[in-house]
Amino acid sequence: MNSTAIALPIVLDKPARVPSATTEPVWVKVLLMGVALAFLTLFLFIPLLAVFTEALRKGVDAYFAAITEPDALSAIRLTLTTAAIAVPLNLVFGVAAAWTIAKFEFRGKNLLLTLIDLPFSVSPIISGLIYVLIFGAQGWIGQWLIDHDIQILFAVPGIVLATVFVTFPFVARELIPLMQSQGVEEEEAALVLGANGWQTFWKVTLPNIKWGLLYGVILCNARAMGEFGAVSVVSGHIRGETNTMPLHVEILYNEYNFSAAFAVASLLALLALATLAIKSFIEWRIYRGAPEALQGENAA
Amino acid sequence: MHGFRIRSDPPKPFMTAATLPLRRNPPFRIMPGFNITLGFTIFYLSLIVLIPLAAIFLKTFSLSWDEFVHAATAPRVMASYRLSFGASLIAAAVNVVFGGIVAWTLVRYEFPGKKIIDALVDLPFALPTAVAGIALTALYAPNGWLGSGLEQLGIKVAFTPLGVVVALTFIGLPFVVRTVQPVLEEFEAEYEEAAASLGASRLQTFAHVIFPAVMPSLITGFALAFARAAGEYGSVIFIAGNMPMVSEITPLLIVTKLEQYDYAGATAIAMVMLLVSFTMLFAINLLQAWSRRRGQRLRTQS
Repeated sequence: MNSTAIALPIVLDKPARVPSATTEPVWVKVLLMGVALAFLTLFLFIPLLAVFTEALRKGVDAYFAAITEPDALSAIRLTLTTAAIAVPLNLVFGVAAAWTIAKFEFRGKNLLLTLIDLPFSVSPIISGLIYVLIFGAQGWIGQWLIDHDIQILFAVPGIVLATVFVTFPFVARELIPLMQSQGVEEEEAALVLGANGWQTFWKVTLPNIKWGLLYGVILCNARAMGEFGAVSVVSGHIRGETNTMPLHVEILYNEYNFSAAFAVASLLALLALATLAIKSFIEWRIYRGAPEALQGENAA
Repeated sequence: MHGFRIRSDPPKPFMTAATLPLRRNPPFRIMPGFNITLGFTIFYLSLIVLIPLAAIFLKTFSLSWDEFVHAATAPRVMASYRLSFGASLIAAAVNVVFGGIVAWTLVRYEFPGKKIIDALVDLPFALPTAVAGIALTALYAPNGWLGSGLEQLGIKVAFTPLGVVVALTFIGLPFVVRTVQPVLEEFEAEYEEAAASLGASRLQTFAHVIFPAVMPSLITGFALAFARAAGEYGSVIFIAGNMPMVSEITPLLIVTKLEQYDYAGATAIAMVMLLVSFTMLFAINLLQAWSRRRGQRLRTQS
């Protein structure tokens, strides 16, 4: 009897040993964390840091001169214009596609879902090539365009089209799983109570999907402003006319004007950081409300 | 778009709402807007994606078989396939190992700055590829921060095939992390506790309990990273050096052919890449269905 009374505290003194069955030894933990951080530092943090240090290498004045010279300003304007056309188009498409797919049952739905994702699995170069094959001088309607003096390729319309193609799925693929998880009960209730279709959409559906919608829009916007390959094929690289910001970065870099190239690149890097910050904020908002809402968002 | 036969829209003018539920298989829907949203979806999809993509197929069919084979399998083209697909495989494999460790660290351990690091993992999705390309080139060039050190060890990265692998590793980094992370988060601690209480060492628990549950997501992440890397252009062309037969990737070769107005040659190569992409897309869909089923089975068994 006495012996158990004495033995017990000794056993209880060592509970730290027990969880080791489901956790790693400390040295393994430290090693794994070290490897993970070293990998991320090498491949993410140092390249990000390099953009800003290279941009400021020749001083703040040179930096601002590089981003305010006329060709840079015209590239910034073209990038903003392109995104301002491409994003709303894909936004309307995303809402329409999500409404059809999430609220109704019909045959061929899985095929439709696969087709909507197609632009993500196509190389950006091929995304540009398809428009060259249609609108180019040897293309399907190339001769007709020349006859009517309409310029699509190597002009702004071609850049917008290529951008619309590469950013096509972003909004739809955010909204579809979200709206599927929400079902149709709330909309049906509104309709039964006498609301018409538009009222139901604006007052019932839209408030439910607003964060998912914003999430899709900022990702779509980031890609629209940053797209390089597809736009490069259709742009023609005319300085001050058909150069977007990423193309302007390429031209400056190839002219060995490194600090100016990195100065314009740093604006795009800031856009990327802002996108990630808003994305994290929305994730935090949605996870607070409905934890299941953001499934299927990875893999852009 | 003949594949879409719409079962449940009520087109017959003489039908009233009261008769519909009796006559049609799916119940009468009060949700409005099906015809217009489906119509617009298919119209816009066809206009922006399907018809333009069909251009590649039609252009390819205008070539004779010999012309196609000649254009798609010339030695310079074959060298570019070897580099594009080979470097993509290596980069995806690197990402499986290190992305898996990053996902494990982010899910299982606590450390300062974890939220910010977690958010920055998506940087390769958000950073324009041209920016990534010039940043990596500046770092790994012989006079760069990292390149000068590696040069002393006799390792050249920029302007060699190794540079292509570095750029493709950057591009594919988020895929493995973001597919493995949710699986690890959902993995119930009970399985590990059961294994441990039955006498398994930590290593045995990892090898026989945790790893099999995570494996499908590792393979899916690998496939996604590979598919993305194979078509990548912007981040690669700055660091690759672009020497024909040595460090010239397939997408760049397509651009070169286009600049020489060799539309047929460009299209034949693009067709090969498209077929690889579609095969990968199909494989990824199968993989994701498989890992979902596996996850469900593990959950229902508990």
